[in-house]
Amino acid sequence: MQRDALAALARRTAPVTQPAPPGVIAALRWACARDLRLALRSRSELALIVVFFLLVTSLFPLAVSPDPELLRAMAAGIVWVAALLASLLGLARLFAADHADGTLEQMVLAPAPLAALVAGKVLAHWIATGLPLVLLAPLAGLQFGLGADAIGVLVVALALGTPVLSWLGAIAAALTLGARGGSSLLALLVLPLAVPVLIFGAGSVESYAAGLGAEAHLSLLTAGAIAAWVLGPAVTALAVKIAHE
Amino acid sequence: MTPTGTFDGLEARALACAAGYRTLFASLDLRIAPGEWTMLVGANGSGKSTLLRTIAGLARPLAGEILWRGAPRKPDDAEWRAQCVYQGHAAGWKDAFDVRENLGLQLALDGLRVPRAELDAAIDRVGLARQAKLPFARLSAGQRRRVSLARLSCSHARRLWLLDEPGTALDADGLRLLGELVDAHLRAGGLALVATHQPLPCNATPSRLSLDELRP
Repeated sequence: MQRDALAALARRTAPVTQPAPPGVIAALRWACARDLRLALRSRSELALIVVFFLLVTSLFPLAVSPDPELLRAMAAGIVWVAALLASLLGLARLFAADHADGTLEQMVLAPAPLAALVAGKVLAHWIATGLPLVLLAPLAGLQFGLGADAIGVLVVALALGTPVLSWLGAIAAALTLGARGGSSLLALLVLPLAVPVLIFGAGSVESYAAGLGAEAHLSLLTAGAIAAWVLGPAVTALAVKIAHE
Repeated sequence: MTPTGTFDGLEARALACAAGYRTLFASLDLRIAPGEWTMLVGANGSGKSTLLRTIAGLARPLAGEILWRGAPRKPDDAEWRAQCVYQGHAAGWKDAFDVRENLGLQLALDGLRVPRAELDAAIDRVGLARQAKLPFARLSAGQRRRVSLARLSCSHARRLWLLDEPGTALDADGLRLLGELVDAHLRAGGLALVATHQPLPCNATPSRLSLDELRP
């Protein structure tokens, strides 16, 4: 039976299909779908990030003071710091797992553009770790007694800012690939770079509460998000390539 | 198409590679024509994997040049990447996926559109039909290698195969399958550079390239 299969294989000299380099969109979709499927297989890791975010935000009222005025003033800052720390949790595994089992190597060598594959991976990472935080932010906001419109500003700011955090993290994760103590190095690299995002993100809600409007802050966050999506793929792809040399 | 008169295969001229600060080999010349394969031998640590990675474009050589069909090969060229299959030690399979998922994803990444029936046939050919839905983490080392064989059996359209110890952990039947695959590939006009310690059961006789003699 198997001999027959071997003979059939040996007889067939015509190629199955001619390889056609996948386009940018196909490569992005491939990487994003693959990583989302992987994320679904390790749901406990995702749950950890969400639980961490909710725990940190609910620890503050216990530790600081239950004073509603004080908590309302601090709400945006707390949510942003918690989101930043939570987003660091999953970063180390963004490329390290693929690096260890050789799948990243195959991506570097694939006919598809590496920048598109990397962008797909980061998009999947944001959907799996950033988007849940954006969706849970209203809950955290309610805990601190934020008004409905302030919560709206908070959600928009997080939706614009968390992809920037993902891209900063992706660049750092790619740069620290193969380095000893990579994950602690990763936090040291990302945190200083994330400061502007934190300032404008938390500032948007405060400025809105002060009656100044959040447009300026949100515009700057949008600019950051656009810059991250435009520059991030090429820079991360380069860092991944360097890691393989 | 290549201009007439140029060599339609893989060529390396005066290639030198290093690991860290240590030069592994220097002035390596290599010539593989379509339908031929070269058996790459050498002691552990002599640079077999480094040579394969360098040709694939993962590492940069210290000196020398690599030519594909008569022109210097550019590692970032999509055409080159579509032609070259590299199968290294970490073969690139995810433990969380099952055999069919892994193979389907890898072939899609390779730019090959393989219908589902063809995919199942490839898995069947390497004797893993019963394990097709099994998570990769539960396969034995030899069965993992067989998935790499299934990938190769769908990759005859990609002309250059760079295989790093493809026979490791394979049983006699698996080795014979590997030999048949290489033979079929050569018949289809492909070429292969295979780092291996044991001779492959192939009909085609390889030329031998030993890295031990090139140590500086």
